[in-house]
Amino acid sequence: MSTAIEKIISDHVGVKVHAGEYVETPVDLIYFHDGTGVLVFKHLEEMGVEKLSNVKSAVFFDHSIPPHSIEAATLQRYILNSCRKYGISSIHFMGEGICHQVVHEKGYVKPGQVVVGADSHTPTLGVLGVLALGVGALDAAYALATGKLWLKIPETILITVKGKLPKGVYAKDVILHIVGSLKAYGALGKVIEFSGSLISDLSVESRFTLCNMAVEMGAVSCFQNIDEKTIKYLKDVGVHEFKVYFSDKDSHAEIFSFDASSLEPQIACPHNVDNVKPVVEVEGTPIDQVFIGTCTNGRLEDLIEVAKILKKGKVKPYVKLIIIPASKNILLKAISLGLIEIFLESGAMIGIPGCGPCIGMHMGVLGDGEVAISTSSRNFIGRMGSRKSKIYLASPATAAASALTGEITDPRRFL
Amino acid sequence: MIIRGRVWKFGGNISTDIIIPGRYLRTLNYSLWPKHLMEGIDPTFSSKVRKGDIIVAGKNFGCGSSREQAVLAIKFAGISAVVAESFGWIFFRNAINHGLPAIECPNITKYVETGDIIEIDLANGFIKTPKKTLMIKPYPKFIMDILNAGGLIQYYRRIRK
Repeated sequence: MSTAIEKIISDHVGVKVHAGEYVETPVDLIYFHDGTGVLVFKHLEEMGVEKLSNVKSAVFFDHSIPPHSIEAATLQRYILNSCRKYGISSIHFMGEGICHQVVHEKGYVKPGQVVVGADSHTPTLGVLGVLALGVGALDAAYALATGKLWLKIPETILITVKGKLPKGVYAKDVILHIVGSLKAYGALGKVIEFSGSLISDLSVESRFTLCNMAVEMGAVSCFQNIDEKTIKYLKDVGVHEFKVYFSDKDSHAEIFSFDASSLEPQIACPHNVDNVKPVVEVEGTPIDQVFIGTCTNGRLEDLIEVAKILKKGKVKPYVKLIIIPASKNILLKAISLGLIEIFLESGAMIGIPGCGPCIGMHMGVLGDGEVAISTSSRNFIGRMGSRKSKIYLASPATAAASALTGEITDPRRFL
Repeated sequence: MIIRGRVWKFGGNISTDIIIPGRYLRTLNYSLWPKHLMEGIDPTFSSKVRKGDIIVAGKNFGCGSSREQAVLAIKFAGISAVVAESFGWIFFRNAINHGLPAIECPNITKYVETGDIIEIDLANGFIKTPKKTLMIKPYPKFIMDILNAGGLIQYYRRIRK
């Protein structure tokens, strides 16, 4: 009786292993970005590594792009030079998009892999039936050098979700509700596996939103079973051969069940991701900035929902609405569907595909006393700027509706 | 390994955004990071902390972003160990990888206040506080090997030889 994760690791290490054991597992893919990349290469130098293992690796420029400071530009140049030095040729440069989105769009990710990403949102890829682990720069450097990662094999908890989503309620509302219920440490040290009729009904894009936020419950990673929808998605990005894993019945450490059929739009209030309420409870809260994008909610279906609402009005004067598609590929599709025109006409600013203001570093930073509503996944104190600012997290529809009124607004008023 | 030091106590869910905000990450001047340590919750913290001090915290310490600078800021500020009721998964790995003892102790915040002197005995598995001696789970050999080497960089150099 084994979980899918135990089976994936067992096949990688060559012996049957179970949760709780320590292993050094071979990995299949290592990626990092301009934020963590600098330390990755500094560590490789300090380790005295001259030649990398032959594991596939890829680098993405998504965090502070284009560079906002002399230091950022200099460090990004250092990453490029280091890629050349170590023979890393898979470089996705500024403007291509967020690593967790581009990495699957470009077909790097294949079911059954162990994927290591030097970024905490790497578990997003669990949608594709992989063990995707977010790590620090030193783990990534060690994996680049040896092809391996040390690991205490995690238990898996099963979260089943059933029911049809009511109007104005999306995958983001579902995951916010789950985070609010299980809390920020509810899955600490464990892998979350999602299943149930609602998950099957969701698009692959929506499933990424769910897996993306598993880490906000402390999860090591997230996992979803492969089905027809994921197989079609993989074929579309050129991935045809892979190994599929499923958890055995009764192999999960715990099971939690949710029903989404009577769910209302949800919102995470300052300053913790698990401080979740129905949007109606905080309706009317004035906002200064709206940010729509990120690896959580910057995909095409998100932008389509946003356009449906923004078409119905203009952004409230002096509210900053920033929309950033998660990848160039998504931006191009949004242009051809006429969405970008709708956004610009409504009064939005469109950003270069990347992480944008989510990381509070280089753009769209919040000032003292400012309040933002964001489709990202974190609202910790000072995350997006001033420690005197506040961040609310919600669905793209709720964010768009709030941009029109200048205050937190239930999107159902516009649908 | 015995670690003795003065305690700074924090609550639960201390994220890496609180430990060091994102806007300070774009530099390789490691000495800048400790100056912003815990800025998200106490902007004066870096002026109060002394070499050898110990951070004690509630559940989920170091949750959120994978930024290693959170561990490096703590380490370069001279903090000798972090004891928390539980840790963010990546933070725990980063701490061990950089040779910073991250010690899980389920009820530690009930028995310790800021300013207390505590003694951590890693080999024998206990923490002596003014109120009570608390048991801790000893590290598995694998983690002890990394810590004893001084971190994953030194560990790698050793195994490569």
